Amino acid sequence: MTLAACVFIPAAAAALIAAAHRRPNLREAVSLAGGVSSLLCVLSFTQPVLAGDRPRLVMGEMLPGLELVLELEPLGLIFALVASGLWLVSAVYSIGYMRGNDEQHQTRFYVCFALAIASAIGVALAGNLLTLYLFYEALTLITWPLVTHHGDDEARNGGRTYLGLLLASSLLFLLPAMAITWSVSGTLDFTPGGILAGKLPDGAAGGLAALYAFGIGKAALMPVHRWLPAAMVAPTPVSALLHAVAVVKAGVFSIAKVVIYVFGLDFAAGAFAWLPWVAGFTIIAASIVALRSDNLKRRLAYSTVSQLSYVVLAAAILTPLSVVGAVLHIAAHAFGKITLFFAAGAVYTVAHKTEVSQLDGVGRRMPWTFAAFAIGALSMIGLPPAAGFVSKWYMISGALAAGHWLALGVITASTLLNAGYFLPIVYRAFFREAKGENHGEAPWTMVAALVATAALTVAMFFWADLPLALARSLA
Amino acid sequence: MLEHLPALQVVLPLVAAPLIVLVRLRGFAWLATTVVSYSCLVFSLYLAWRVAAAGPVSYAIGSWPPPWGIEYRVDALSAFVLVAVSLTASFVAPYAYRSIAAEVPRDRQYLMYAMYCLSLAGLLGIAITGDAFNLFVFLEISSLASYVLVALGPRRQALVAAYQYMLMGTVGATFYVIGVGLLYLMTGTLNLVDMAERLRAVDDVRPLFVALAFITVGIGLKLALFPLHQWLPNAYAFAPSMATAFLAATATKVSVYVLLRYYFTVFDPVPLFGRLPTREAFVALSIAAMLVASLVAVFERDVKRLFAYSSVAQIGYITLGIGVDNQASLTGSIVHLLNHGVAKGAIFLLLGGVALRAGTAGLMLEQIAGLNRRMPLTAFGLAVAGLSLVGIPGTAGFVTKWYLVVGALERGWWWVVAAVVASSLIAVAYVWRVVEAAYLKASQAATTGEAPPAMLAAGLAMTLLCVYFGFETGFSVGGAAEAAALLLRGLR
Repeated sequence: MTLAACVFIPAAAAALIAAAHRRPNLREAVSLAGGVSSLLCVLSFTQPVLAGDRPRLVMGEMLPGLELVLELEPLGLIFALVASGLWLVSAVYSIGYMRGNDEQHQTRFYVCFALAIASAIGVALAGNLLTLYLFYEALTLITWPLVTHHGDDEARNGGRTYLGLLLASSLLFLLPAMAITWSVSGTLDFTPGGILAGKLPDGAAGGLAALYAFGIGKAALMPVHRWLPAAMVAPTPVSALLHAVAVVKAGVFSIAKVVIYVFGLDFAAGAFAWLPWVAGFTIIAASIVALRSDNLKRRLAYSTVSQLSYVVLAAAILTPLSVVGAVLHIAAHAFGKITLFFAAGAVYTVAHKTEVSQLDGVGRRMPWTFAAFAIGALSMIGLPPAAGFVSKWYMISGALAAGHWLALGVITASTLLNAGYFLPIVYRAFFREAKGENHGEAPWTMVAALVATAALTVAMFFWADLPLALARSLA
Repeated sequence: MLEHLPALQVVLPLVAAPLIVLVRLRGFAWLATTVVSYSCLVFSLYLAWRVAAAGPVSYAIGSWPPPWGIEYRVDALSAFVLVAVSLTASFVAPYAYRSIAAEVPRDRQYLMYAMYCLSLAGLLGIAITGDAFNLFVFLEISSLASYVLVALGPRRQALVAAYQYMLMGTVGATFYVIGVGLLYLMTGTLNLVDMAERLRAVDDVRPLFVALAFITVGIGLKLALFPLHQWLPNAYAFAPSMATAFLAATATKVSVYVLLRYYFTVFDPVPLFGRLPTREAFVALSIAAMLVASLVAVFERDVKRLFAYSSVAQIGYITLGIGVDNQASLTGSIVHLLNHGVAKGAIFLLLGGVALRAGTAGLMLEQIAGLNRRMPLTAFGLAVAGLSLVGIPGTAGFVTKWYLVVGALERGWWWVVAAVVASSLIAVAYVWRVVEAAYLKASQAATTGEAPPAMLAAGLAMTLLCVYFGFETGFSVGGAAEAAALLLRGLR
């Protein structure tokens, strides 16, 4: 297996999906097969990477001296595993959702979905900044048809904000940041220990760090977070996989890569000293917005904004423990949040309910869905037995080890806020009287998918060995 | 035989034009045009290979040795421009048949082909000649042919547009001749290399600066340097589709070549950039073009005019590199001659197909609505070529932008970097107006299907080139970097 296969398999799946557009069952089978094979492909690299191997593949020279190169290291492996694994689960879920809601243009949807996964895996495997940037922009563009899937005015406006903010941040900040890095260091390769150390004065390094942090708009640091709620006009499987997992994780992953492999942990300490404040502010502010939104998907979106900044915050504290926490949280938040979105989509499919205030008693009608929702919520808050507890544990330990009281305070406060906006939903769903006509669970593929991701959330609490081993080999 | 290629490069299209006029059959005209275009491509590729392998090629017309006779001289820069022009021609020629048949009355179609051949001859001649006055002749041949091409446009406004173009173009040509005249007075030679050698000995630099001013303004008019660009939007909007694509991809680019030739080869011995604020002037005008013209494009409803204004902005990128004046930025400038030509050529070729199917010559944004349903391949091609205008990685436009940004950073000019990225952000706005209309607006027109195969294939092939030059930069950046090094080295 070569590294290129990991990117190529989802892309090939997209082509096959397009070819099978007249035969929906075959088309969906291709989606599933693509999910299985790309997960297996990424998994096949786990042992070598754990053993310290760093598979590398040069795909060609894009500009003189600048190659298009794939290289797999532990952080990228975790992201690629999460993206390809959850693609499989969402493929199952999408079948129920797209058919249950009679969505139009299903072939286009599945094609773009597969291409988005190919781009996300490309981001995960990128061996230098140029390759990362290439796949990063591809991911932005290929998700635009998904965001605007419904094609109405609302979708168009959402799509404008989405594309506008993401392209604006990457064109205005990320591209110059990359060019500056190239001018200063003469390379864009991700190198352990960084490539910038000692080549820039502290003030300039801080400025460059800001260009990177805000240029990577997918990480949704305030004030470049507004594209994420705007993207909620998309069908729910898109919100679930892309805007809770693939796209947003591509953002925090890129920031982590830049901190670890471009600046290097030592040099980053000065350059990113301001970042915990911005991330902390984002965590708290987004949580407060989430607390006040009645629309379920919007609440989940702002929760994502806040949770993403956990990763950024933990990466920016720069202690080995907190970096482990950041890496774990990429996976933990992915499992939990995709469960929550799946549940929201299930409710929408059977009852067309979109607001939190409409959810009275829904849990009794859809026990599986809301049990899964409750587990996802526990993970967001960071309570056992959910994966969020593990990552938060490492973040708090890291903050304590560094004596970073700001981070500690932010994490504590936001835990309370998280509880404040998730537990009432669970309470409402199970303990209030149901209104309106009766309904049962969503189609079985959707229930199966969300139970599976909830199970993954719990499983990662009990068996965190693999992600832990990968994260430890980084820090 | 092979040593006569430099002459053949120009003579072939030049001879084809009167032949076409004599025969007047449109089938023959098309065939001759296509054969000529592909032959020119082969010649130019061979010349580029020769230059890369064995250095500049010099050819004495009529065996009169330079500097007395007219010299054709192909160096890295001319070779690059020759390839860029003839490459475009090879896409336009197969496209022309159906497009001209739809837009031009039957009894005038042979004229289109004849003028196209003349224009091609002129453009190739400009790039290949080493003689200042011969260059003027070719400049006029290509310009006069272009005026006719524009005037043959399907709408009545084409005549006004051609007239406007001709007025401005004639002023430009006159200014150029005045400049050359002054230079001839001071040096007594018309051979460009010889002129540069003799300029070393000229003590009185004031006439030289006047000459340079005349040449800069004259050529600035031809290449639509902001604010001398007023002729361009109308000319592009009202010309026949095939002419728009050809002129947009080549005419202004070749004029940039003339500018580069004078600034870096002829005036190389004169300490120019130190004594005149030319660098600052180029940077200021280029940034104005990049921002103002892009903004105008954002608010334009006529799609061809929208992309015409985009051309003015993109020419700003090219001249910006001249102003920043270092290896990286000049590489960006020169490679953009090709990269922008490919992207804009693709867009206008595809738009020609849309106009053909929509049945109107004036394409408003409303007529693009729902294009995705009617002509999915065309819509996709427009989106990809549009991304190249923005400079998304993986397209040719990104390569240019990268070199311009790196070049500006080398000088420490942060504000230039800011202007470049701001301009590409505005490009997102105008490109996305078209993409949104094509993909998200409901279609009003009847279902018509894609453009005729030959036209669609030409447009898509050129779109593919946008992506190809985004990943494979061996020829494009390699050639441009060599040409830039040559210019910066000068005659030393």
